[in-house]
Formats: sequence, structure tokens, C-alpha cells
Amino acid sequence: MKPSRTIKVDYLARVEGEGALTVKVKGNEVTEAKFRIFEPPRFFEAFLRGRDFQEAPDITARICGICPIAYQMSSVHAMEQILGIKVDGQLRNLRRLIYCGEWIESHILHAFLLHAPDFLGYQDAFQMAKDHPKEVEMGLKLKKIGNQIVTVIGGREIHPINVRVGGFYKAPRKKDLLAMVESLQWARDAALKAVKFVASLPMPEFEFDYEYVALRHENEYPFNEGRLISNKGLDIDIVEFDDHFQEEHVKHSTSLHAHLKERGNYHVGPLARYNLNFDKLPDIARDAATRAGMGKTCINPFQSITVRAVETVFACDEALRLIDAYEEPDKSFVEYEPKAGVGYGCTEAPRGICWHRYEIDDEGRILDARIVPPTSQNQGTIEDDLRGFVEKNINLPQDELTWKCEQVVRNYDPCISCSCHFLKLNIIRE
Amino acid sequence: MAAYRQGEFAIIGIGNEYRQDDGVGVFAARKLRELLPPDINVREESGEGARLMDAWDGFSCVILIDAVNTGGRPGEICRLDASKQKIPAGHFQYSTHAFSLAEAVETARVLNRLPKQCLIFGIEGKFFGYGTEMFGPVQCALERVVEEIEQLVYKGRADQQQPG
Repeated sequence: MKPSRTIKVDYLARVEGEGALTVKVKGNEVTEAKFRIFEPPRFFEAFLRGRDFQEAPDITARICGICPIAYQMSSVHAMEQILGIKVDGQLRNLRRLIYCGEWIESHILHAFLLHAPDFLGYQDAFQMAKDHPKEVEMGLKLKKIGNQIVTVIGGREIHPINVRVGGFYKAPRKKDLLAMVESLQWARDAALKAVKFVASLPMPEFEFDYEYVALRHENEYPFNEGRLISNKGLDIDIVEFDDHFQEEHVKHSTSLHAHLKERGNYHVGPLARYNLNFDKLPDIARDAATRAGMGKTCINPFQSITVRAVETVFACDEALRLIDAYEEPDKSFVEYEPKAGVGYGCTEAPRGICWHRYEIDDEGRILDARIVPPTSQNQGTIEDDLRGFVEKNINLPQDELTWKCEQVVRNYDPCISCSCHFLKLNIIRE
Repeated sequence: MAAYRQGEFAIIGIGNEYRQDDGVGVFAARKLRELLPPDINVREESGEGARLMDAWDGFSCVILIDAVNTGGRPGEICRLDASKQKIPAGHFQYSTHAFSLAEAVETARVLNRLPKQCLIFGIEGKFFGYGTEMFGPVQCALERVVEEIEQLVYKGRADQQQPG
């Protein structure tokens, strides 16, 4: 009879939300890999029904305290599609700028305080801070600068209140943006050091033939707009999402699992964006990646920490560019009249694409809302990674394998609170 | 609590007001804001560690109020002097953010960013589900903590005004 074991983590730390992990092993074969999400569903889509369409950015921002901008941006773009308005010029730039802030604070929180301790064998960031105080200090300062951008444009750093359909309630003053330049210049230099630091971490060897899905825009590294593309031939308008993607309920998760109808699980997030948009990164970010030993493509999910640092370089650089070019707009939003219709929005949250669909009536009441957050899209891929990683490292001692499995999950910076709304890990050797 | 100068002291209530007993720190802060003179800095925080470290930056004396979940009796008050003792990590994990109060305090200690005086009032909670109502004994503990902090503040202020 083949020896069997179970790898179990009943409460995975350093993730946002509550979840657990079970991997069952029989001999050298993984018989089950489950990323269980047991946080209760929060019914945001149901809350939205019957509400005024203009409330969508404020209601959806409450889905997540780390990435509220993603929800605000996807919802306002969807509403604007229904209304037939285009938000352009400085207002569009301000949307990119506030997204820069969110990427910086979210990426740095994850890379420095939640994920880096895994690579160095520390239980948590405070253990790491004893040996790497400079790096932890740098991470905290960088995160603060990201939050500052969100505060200046969004009114406050958690659940900002200044984003509205058509633009912003109030456009920031140029002097308020210029006041951030010096700290952003420091942040860009610090982000370059961050790339060097995370690239020096001991990187587990693991590769997987993923289907990466991300937005692609012809002129820029994607935040708010673009076509949905993949490395395996997908190239669609965001309105065609339902033709190619399917969400389904699985027993072990309160979050829906999404997959590609034709090819199954797929991967969204920094690695997907990097692989599909490397050419759109500014020189400073591309050079940093190259110096860190990264190619134009990367299929090792552990390298996501390096890509988060590279994207932080990009976000700081882009923020400086946008501030330099900023001119206060005459009006802080584009006027509109409510009208009935269906609209779609898809933007790049720090963890990957965040897709929304709304239907509103001619008085602007929301009749139907659907939100597909990034973590629910990555769940299947996380389970694939666990299966593959455990099979490849089956001979590792239980404690080490359990540790690495947690690290595998954290490669995705899963925002469980968003996806359904902690993580426990069980490796069972039967 | 030692004497303090205006602007050097802050009270930070931590928690999520929509998660039942988890909101006790926030509700205590609101009550203290009503009761204390306006120059006393009273803040509310979600409990995310990095933000907490920013929130107490620049203050030499802080009082933190948060819910704890140690398996103790609901409403039990645990007083910790972080300036003198290590904070047990398990006490404050009732947050969706794993980098929470205990880690923030200990990281700040390592980085020399912990206020010189840091008192923590932990109130044992029972229910941490969705809702805005707190469990009765937790509500009673809130009142006791508010009263105790109010007395500490006035005493600290009086001590500061003592000559010499």
C-alpha cells in the first residue's frame, strides 16, 4: 500500500481574508488540492440592485480596503459605457494617477510585509525587521507614499470618496500634486532598490504552462482600458467576457471559480500583465527587470514578488509623468443624463483584472450587477500550482512542504475578502 | 501614565464597527472624543499594521484600544504596557489583515518607532460576525475602559501642570 499524507494549513496567515488549504497525497501523487475559501459571501451584487447607478463606485469601493480603486474604476467605466460618455484628458490621467497610488501601496504591503518573510524563512515581517530593518523601513515608507496619492486624489486612503461617474467630485490642485513630487522621486529610487532586494531572495524553482490573461492597451501599460488578451490566443473586447469565461460554484469555496470555457484555469495579476505587456513598460522599469535577471517573459509564479517591485517602479515613474503633465481641468467631471442600458468595465487591480457588468433602467436604477474579482479568477490556478508544486517536492519534510505551500498561495496575493467575500493549510498524506 | 505635553499624546481606537464586538475600540474612541477636551488627539483605525505605525508616528505617548480574542471571558479587560512587555501575537489576530496590532507594535519596537509610552486596552470579544451590535458584557467593558482612560488623561494633564 502506498504511503499517504495530508498537508494542512487551517489558518493561512498573511493573506487578506479567511481561507484554508488542503492537499492530499497518496504515494507520489496528489489526489486532492483545495484552496478553501470560507469567508461568508457579502452579497455586494445584490446590494447594488435597486440603487442609483451613481452610487456604484462608493458601494463597490467597500469590497476591499486594499484595492478600492479597482472597484471604483471598473464600475465607473461600465456606467460611462452605458451613458455613452468618454472621460479623457486630465480626468483620465487623474484616474491613472490614483491607480498608481493603489498599486504602490498594495504591491509594497504584499511584497515587503507579507511575502518577503516567506522567502527568508521568517514567520512575519517583524521577525524580518530585526535582520532587515532598512528594507522594512523602506517598504513602510513606500507604502505610505502610495497611500498619500490615493488620499490627495481620492479624499482618503481607505475607501476614497472623490471618484464619481464621469470623473471626480473635485479635481486636485496642481500644487497639491506637485507637493508629492519629491517623495515620489525618492519612491522611484527606493522601488529600484526594492527590485534588487526581492530579486536577491532565494527563489524556489517551479514553472507552469499558464494561460496569462490581462488587459492590453496599444499605447500604455494597462490600468483602466484595453482588450482582454492571453498568451494562448485570446483577444477580445471586454464586453465579450461571458462568451469566453465561465464562473461556477464549487463546494469548498464561497467564492465563485472562474475558468476559460475552452481551456480551463487561467492566471491574472502582475505576472500576466508583465508577460503580455513587457514592451509597454517604461525603460526604467524594463531595465530594472533586466538587471534583476528577468526576461521578457516569466513562468515562475514565485517571481511575482519581483514583478510587483518592477510594477512599483513603473507606478512611481508614471505618477511623476502624470503630475508633470497635469493641468487643472475646467470641470471635474463630464456631464451626463441617465439612460437605460448594459455596460462593462474591466480594469487592472493590483491582483489582476477586475471585471464588472451592470444593467440600469432609464431612471438610472441598477437592475443587475456582476463583479468578477481577480482572486476568484486565480483560485483554479492556485490549486493547479499546489498540485504541481507538491508533486515536484513530495520528498520535502512535512513542515517545509507546508511552509512552501503557503508561499505558493501567497504568490497570488490573494484577496479573499474581495473574492467572496485567512487561510488554513492541510497537507494530508494518506 | 506619565505627564504628557499637548500634541504628544494620542488615543487610537481600533476595529471594524460592522463586525460586532470587533468595533469596541472604535466605539470607545468615539465616546472618548465626546468626553475629552478637543485638544486630545483621538483617532480611529481599522487595525491594518502599517497604517497603525503611521497613526502613532510623532506621538511619545499613545493609548490603543482594541478587541481581543484569547478565549477568555467576554468583556474581560486586558491591560498591556507595550513599552515594557512584548505583545502576544495571538491576542489581536481577529482581523482580516494579518499584519495587525501585535505585529505593528513589535515591528515598531524593532525599528525604534514605538512611542515611549504605549498602553493597550484589550477587551475580550465574543461575537465577530456581521453586525453593529456589541455583546452586553463587551459594551459594559467599553464603559469601564472609557472611564479609566478619561481618568488617566486628566491625571496625566494635571501631572504635566504641576510645577517642577
